[in-house]
Amino acid sequence: MSNLELDRIISSYEGKKGVLIPLLQDAQKLEGYLSKEIMRYVAEHSDIRLADIYGVATFYTMFRLKPQGKHIIRVCKGTACHVSDAGALLDSLRDELGLTEGEDTTADGNFTVMEVACLGCCSLAPVIMVDATTYGKLTVNKVAGILKNYK
Amino acid sequence: MSHIRIKVGMASCGVAAGAAEVYQAIQERLAAGGIEAKLEKTGCVGMCSWEPLIEITPPGAETVTYGNVDPKEVAGLLDRVAAGELPREGYTIVPRQETLADQVRIVLRNTGIIDPVSIDDYIAADGYKALAKVLDDMTREAVIDEIKESGLRGRGGAGFPTGLKWQFAYNEQKPKKYVICNADEGDPGAFMDRSVLEGDPHSIIEGMIICAYAIGADEGYLYVRAEYPMAIDHLRKALADAEARGYLGKSIMGSEFNFDLHIKEGAGAFVCGEETALMASIEGERGMPKIRPPFPAQSGLWKYPTNINNVETFANIAWIINNGAAAYNAHGTERSKGTKVFALAGKIKHSGLVEVPMGTPLRDVIYKVGGGMPTEKPFKAVQLGGPSGGCVPASLLDTLVDYDSITKTGAIMGSGGMVVMDTGTCMVDVAKFFLNFTQNESCGKCTFCRVGTKRMLEILERICAGEGRMSDIDTLYDLAENIAKGSLCGLGQTAPNPVLTTLRYFRDEYEAHIRNKRCPAGVCNALVSFTIDADKCVGCTLCARKCPTDAITGEVKKLHVINQELCIKCGACMTACRFGAVIKA
Repeated sequence: MSNLELDRIISSYEGKKGVLIPLLQDAQKLEGYLSKEIMRYVAEHSDIRLADIYGVATFYTMFRLKPQGKHIIRVCKGTACHVSDAGALLDSLRDELGLTEGEDTTADGNFTVMEVACLGCCSLAPVIMVDATTYGKLTVNKVAGILKNYK
Repeated sequence: MSHIRIKVGMASCGVAAGAAEVYQAIQERLAAGGIEAKLEKTGCVGMCSWEPLIEITPPGAETVTYGNVDPKEVAGLLDRVAAGELPREGYTIVPRQETLADQVRIVLRNTGIIDPVSIDDYIAADGYKALAKVLDDMTREAVIDEIKESGLRGRGGAGFPTGLKWQFAYNEQKPKKYVICNADEGDPGAFMDRSVLEGDPHSIIEGMIICAYAIGADEGYLYVRAEYPMAIDHLRKALADAEARGYLGKSIMGSEFNFDLHIKEGAGAFVCGEETALMASIEGERGMPKIRPPFPAQSGLWKYPTNINNVETFANIAWIINNGAAAYNAHGTERSKGTKVFALAGKIKHSGLVEVPMGTPLRDVIYKVGGGMPTEKPFKAVQLGGPSGGCVPASLLDTLVDYDSITKTGAIMGSGGMVVMDTGTCMVDVAKFFLNFTQNESCGKCTFCRVGTKRMLEILERICAGEGRMSDIDTLYDLAENIAKGSLCGLGQTAPNPVLTTLRYFRDEYEAHIRNKRCPAGVCNALVSFTIDADKCVGCTLCARKCPTDAITGEVKKLHVINQELCIKCGACMTACRFGAVIKA
């Protein structure tokens, strides 16, 4: 971890109010997640308490406390996707990636699978988002083809 | 103008359907020369089921909208258009006029028409005219009176009169006030705010500036959920352009009025759609709701008077100022004025965004505007209002869409999500789905919401697993009553609604799960059995290889059979089968 980078982030928010969330969002970009070291460092080099940092980091789903894969796959679990059998899609995706129960990141660190509440593309249900690209009207058989683009 | 005009719907739903590839194919064909055309990007036209779509207007001719466009067919199509044709045969032509016939577009007046990132396009569509009118000719009081007179009610779900809300913030005598736009559209099944944010960002900004002028605020925030990256991009561009043109910042349009507007990205918490939680989040804290009073109008962001409205509410403001309150309240019913945008999704032929006058029957929204059911499976229910709402059955399809009529059904208007369900949907499973959602999203502050939703979920899981008891239904009612009473914010107060409405209209389905150990819709895995259709099975062996318990036997190219004794009903075979031969019933 580059402390210089972290120092720059901390100082960019100095003297401003309501900074904790954007500060942590920026800090998370450094390693893709908020490590204990990052959270401690921020607490020690700002006037924000570690308890507040941990409280916010664990409250919002966007903050991750574990290392994540190179590509993030967000599987939409919104209502329209649910009635279009997003569950089966998720199962086959996890199966395709060889994830066992409780795991969300592949052993090679290439993919992390997350479930998200709604991506707002309900008319294309079921939908997944890989990094910033959304794929709609999916079937179980299309999933493997999409993953190939990211290997 | 001798150019052919070509517009491509490039909202994130269009892009997800492949609009970027279509746009690129058009660009490539135009670059090859020989066609005089102007290519434009626009937002969501609302006809999402036909995405990707392009609109072609040859000089002096009417516009034809092509749907389900394949990038490979683009060049050929453009060649024919250049040769003076507008071919219909062999292409999907979107029945745009028919789709729009029963709609009144106020909020969606520009989405899908203008280029969302062009401030000039917005200005050409009467943009910032309302702001000029307000600053030149209207007192702050007159603006508030106009909004009150329009009858506009908050479109975020609760339906509080907007003018009155502004009045409360106006009444406060404080040196600092804030305006916030709640763009934390979190209801699963709702995407109208996303479309407006992406497709017409200036209309929201203009509404916020007018609000700030009226209540006396000089600073504001757009709180946008981070799952909407395109919306955030378009808003950033729009804010920068508006500031450069003098619509934001100091001395707006030469007046003495100053207003600064910032974007705040959400960090992923559904409860932040609740206004006090949203403000806590902007302040950098955990987004947990606070007791009201004091209301945000008295003590909001950083304890200053704050007015919060949602995206759709703000998008109405400039139209009302330009056209007058009377033109607005000419639409709608006695107590619900104007129009409402709905996001139609689920089992419906033409999913997408529609805007209809308040008071339109649900039946018309689903069958006339939405085209009805996509398959032979009949309509079963429509889910309104997301996790706070409920499922309205076929017998109530003549309910009018207005705040009061929908509330009477046990659902709520909510933000406008409408997810249509057919007989293949299990209502107990739907209730379980929503309880799983609220249980996950409960911030944990109130015990009944935190623990009660968990207990309700466990009961629903038990029923779906075939282990329910008849007394469970009474327990669900009991928990529902207490959660509604014992929760501070809307999330908890309304969390039981999906269970209550399904119990009210589909109690027989709960009883079938409990008494007969049967899921009538054939959804709950534990209560169905998997068999293989002899006519469809080709003997590919894939299902047998996927089966975790080796319950499937069969030789290559011969019919496979599932041993019911060994089957754990995981559904892996059904997911794996490429021939639709596995039957779940």
